[in-house]
Amino acid sequence: MNGPLRRAGVVVMILFGLLFANLNWVQGYKADEYRNSDFNARVQVAEYERARGVIEVGGRALAESKLTTGELKYLRTYPFKSQFAHVLGYKPVNLAATGIEKAENEFLAGTSDRLFGDRFRDMFTGEETAGGNVVLSLSLRAQDAAIKGLAGNDVDSTRGAAVAINPKTGAVQAFASMPSFDPNPLVSHDTNAAEAAYNQLEKAKDGPLKNRVVGEVLPPGSTFKVIDAAAALESGITPQTNIPAGPTYTAPTSGTPIRNAAASICPESQVTLAEALRESCNTGFAQLAVELGAAKIKEKARAFGFEDESLTVGNLDGSGLPVAASRTGTIQNPDGGDDPAALAQSGIGQNNVRMTPLQGAMIAATVANGGERMRPYLVQQLLGPDRRTISTASPKKINNPISATVAGQLQDMMVSVVEGGTGRNARINGYTVGGKTGTAQDGNDPNDHGWFIGFVLKDGEPISAVCVLLERGAAGGSAEAAKIGGDIMEAVIADGGGN
Amino acid sequence: MTAPTAPAASPAVTGEMPRIRMSKSRRNAELGLLIFAMALITAYAATVEATMLDAVTPDFWIPAALVSMVFLGLHIVIRFLAPYADPALVPAVALINGLGVGFLRRIDMARADAADRANFPIFAGDGGRQLAWTLLAAIMAAGLLIIVRDHRIVSRYAYTLGLVGIVLVMIPAVLPSRYSEINGAKLWILIGGFSIQPGEFAKLALVSFFAYYLVRKREVLSLASRRFLGIDFPRGRDLGPVVAVWLLSLLVLVFEKDLGTALLYFGMFVVILYVATERVSWLIIGLLLFFGGATLAYSLGASVGGPFANFYDRVQIWQDPFADPYDAGFQPVQSLLGLGTGGLFGAGPGGGQPTKVPDVEDDFIFAGLGEEIGLFGLSAFLVLYLLIVERGLRAGIAVRDSFGKLLAGGLAFTLGLQVFVIVGGVSGLIPLTGQTTPFLSAGGSSLMANWLIIAMLLRISDAAGRPMTGSASAQGDGPAGPPVKLHGAPTEVIRS
Repeated sequence: MNGPLRRAGVVVMILFGLLFANLNWVQGYKADEYRNSDFNARVQVAEYERARGVIEVGGRALAESKLTTGELKYLRTYPFKSQFAHVLGYKPVNLAATGIEKAENEFLAGTSDRLFGDRFRDMFTGEETAGGNVVLSLSLRAQDAAIKGLAGNDVDSTRGAAVAINPKTGAVQAFASMPSFDPNPLVSHDTNAAEAAYNQLEKAKDGPLKNRVVGEVLPPGSTFKVIDAAAALESGITPQTNIPAGPTYTAPTSGTPIRNAAASICPESQVTLAEALRESCNTGFAQLAVELGAAKIKEKARAFGFEDESLTVGNLDGSGLPVAASRTGTIQNPDGGDDPAALAQSGIGQNNVRMTPLQGAMIAATVANGGERMRPYLVQQLLGPDRRTISTASPKKINNPISATVAGQLQDMMVSVVEGGTGRNARINGYTVGGKTGTAQDGNDPNDHGWFIGFVLKDGEPISAVCVLLERGAAGGSAEAAKIGGDIMEAVIADGGGN
Repeated sequence: MTAPTAPAASPAVTGEMPRIRMSKSRRNAELGLLIFAMALITAYAATVEATMLDAVTPDFWIPAALVSMVFLGLHIVIRFLAPYADPALVPAVALINGLGVGFLRRIDMARADAADRANFPIFAGDGGRQLAWTLLAAIMAAGLLIIVRDHRIVSRYAYTLGLVGIVLVMIPAVLPSRYSEINGAKLWILIGGFSIQPGEFAKLALVSFFAYYLVRKREVLSLASRRFLGIDFPRGRDLGPVVAVWLLSLLVLVFEKDLGTALLYFGMFVVILYVATERVSWLIIGLLLFFGGATLAYSLGASVGGPFANFYDRVQIWQDPFADPYDAGFQPVQSLLGLGTGGLFGAGPGGGQPTKVPDVEDDFIFAGLGEEIGLFGLSAFLVLYLLIVERGLRAGIAVRDSFGKLLAGGLAFTLGLQVFVIVGGVSGLIPLTGQTTPFLSAGGSSLMANWLIIAMLLRISDAAGRPMTGSASAQGDGPAGPPVKLHGAPTEVIRS
């Protein structure tokens, strides 16, 4: 009987081996998945055991955690309410987190590898490690100007976005989406109330939860002419080269005739490239695009950041808010051949061309920065729980879509737009401001989108680049957008920006 | 019956050479190990309080000390009554039992209001009750050692025990649900606030009966056979007992709605049968019957429903617990999430939230522990269980008489199988069934029954380790000599 007894022992060992292997699977391989599962309420409670880090700008907390007496120890609060909602996002109990709260979650929660030293030390001191702090690159004054400007627009637009970035570094200075929302009810520890608040916002008119700076794309209208001009300048045309214009233009194959915004704009058969941009001559740029060909326009747009599906704006070393890809569309017939009618429309930022406001600001910033396109970012610094610096953003260049020479030519052309063309509202005393307005038709709605992209220089050094969008405003939306853009850049200057 | 039963109980028939035995008592080793185990239990209690209360209360050591006193008492009993017993069994079981008491107290503290935690009464809650049950279980174990001075005496009452075992198994099945059903499994007798799990005690009775029955029948079961595919299969009429137990298991499965217990009884029987006959064919037949029965119950559950539906549902939940994470799959999902949250090292004693798992004090205690002690801690627990089982089997290998071999082998294997069934269920390896985790789960029935098993294993290992005296010393010279008389005594009683 001893043989079978020994074999029974082996069977038990095999059974226990199976248990051991399965525990390895559950507690080793699948551990992270289970730990972070949406059904797992443990991590949540543990997460609320320690004070989540502060998100701040200039020493002011934009998001902080307050001690409560409930089961969840700390309550997240956003003192500025709706003002930074689309940047910060929110960190609710049961719903999905968004924004910087999501992108920097590990660091704020204190579970990041970068804070390992702090956790290790606290094992001995017995203190509960607080989370790390995130310092944003925003300017409080610029953000204020952006929000007030959007809200106070005089073209009755209820939706829009404004963003400002430092052309030299890519640091985001202002980031506003209209309408906004107060994230505080969403992070309530009463999860039913939080969910109700979320559902209400979800259904609310104009979609306040939508992030219009990075999440929505719209036809850019005439702001896209900067891309055309860049492509033209790169292929040997100078600002003084005469290009065909005229009161109307119909593409060789078919299509509706393209007109100018007013009869007074470039009725002559030829204007210089600089003149065409200054007056926003549709017929001129439509013909220019057709002459250059779809490939060159698309290639240049791509160099400026169109079609980029992987861009995020947040921490330069890690994740951030995902940025929707701006698109030129195929600009081709369905069979793959040239489609001059579509190309002419695309050249003036219509047809299937779509752009995020952040992309618009990046175009202006690249021009202002001598052709160097910087990667935009929001996270300036990460500070440990004890406020020692853990990392500081080191600006990253993405590429050079245009040469410094072309950038200089474009700067001059765009400056003339603000000084003597459609962008006069953006002027700032004592500073050199350049820009480009855009009025984009979108569908059959009579109310167009008003755009402004622009930059401000001091002694040739870029300080700020903006993009302002007013959706579906009354006539004059782009002029109002230029005014708001100017105000934001002025606020950046007042905040000491660019130094 | 032509074959004399007396030699069946003799080592000569098993073909075993007499072993060189260590006649040394190893009680001091047991004491040392026990003290080490008690130190661990005390340290665990201190860690729990340090984590949960941010301070260690002055009387944190009292529950651990009480547990220690109980086991030291048992150790003294063993010193006198089973001096040659295996020294590793009691310390290993005591460590599991003591940590279980500590963990249950930790659960009680988590469920109490924060203000009451620091001075939570020692005898309150599940932890306090478990402490009392531990005392009672140790007394019962000592009682068994006192009453049963020789494990062979048990075989005298084999038929009685067999009847008692079957009755104990069947009681919950025939009782109305409100007197027997908890969480969909009819395994209980519920009377006036007390709940007894008769099946826990039935294991010991049934193994005793099986061991005795198979010692008598082993020759006919192992000799008369037909050869098929190179394996010897028994004759049809000899299949009677195994079919009977199979039916009993299926009845348990269907009427008590419990796969685990069915698997336990059947596995227990098949393994004892295999050990007795040394025939692999019994294992094959057993496995085929079990999986056939389970498949049948599953497909009946899918098509007919009724009493089979519970089993079908459990298999469905097992296949994808996350399909219904808030209702049917809630327990297994929370269990897996708890284990996963614990990860490799765990949250530390007192650092997790085991109360998120429903029934964490009972069926899911392994998941609750796993959240706090991690994969490393659970592996240590598995090793402890494995040690207990293998030591039990070793006692079976070392003991001289066939009845003792089958009894020890059957009890040890059953214990191992039960750990497999519940831990496998909790960690998602097999469908979840309502089994207690031996020595850990809150509950007196399970604790007492399992301690009785340990006491029996101690008794058998004591017999195996006892130096040969008197007539037994002659055994070394002539294998088939005097022991016949010695071992024949108990069986004669029953034959009459």
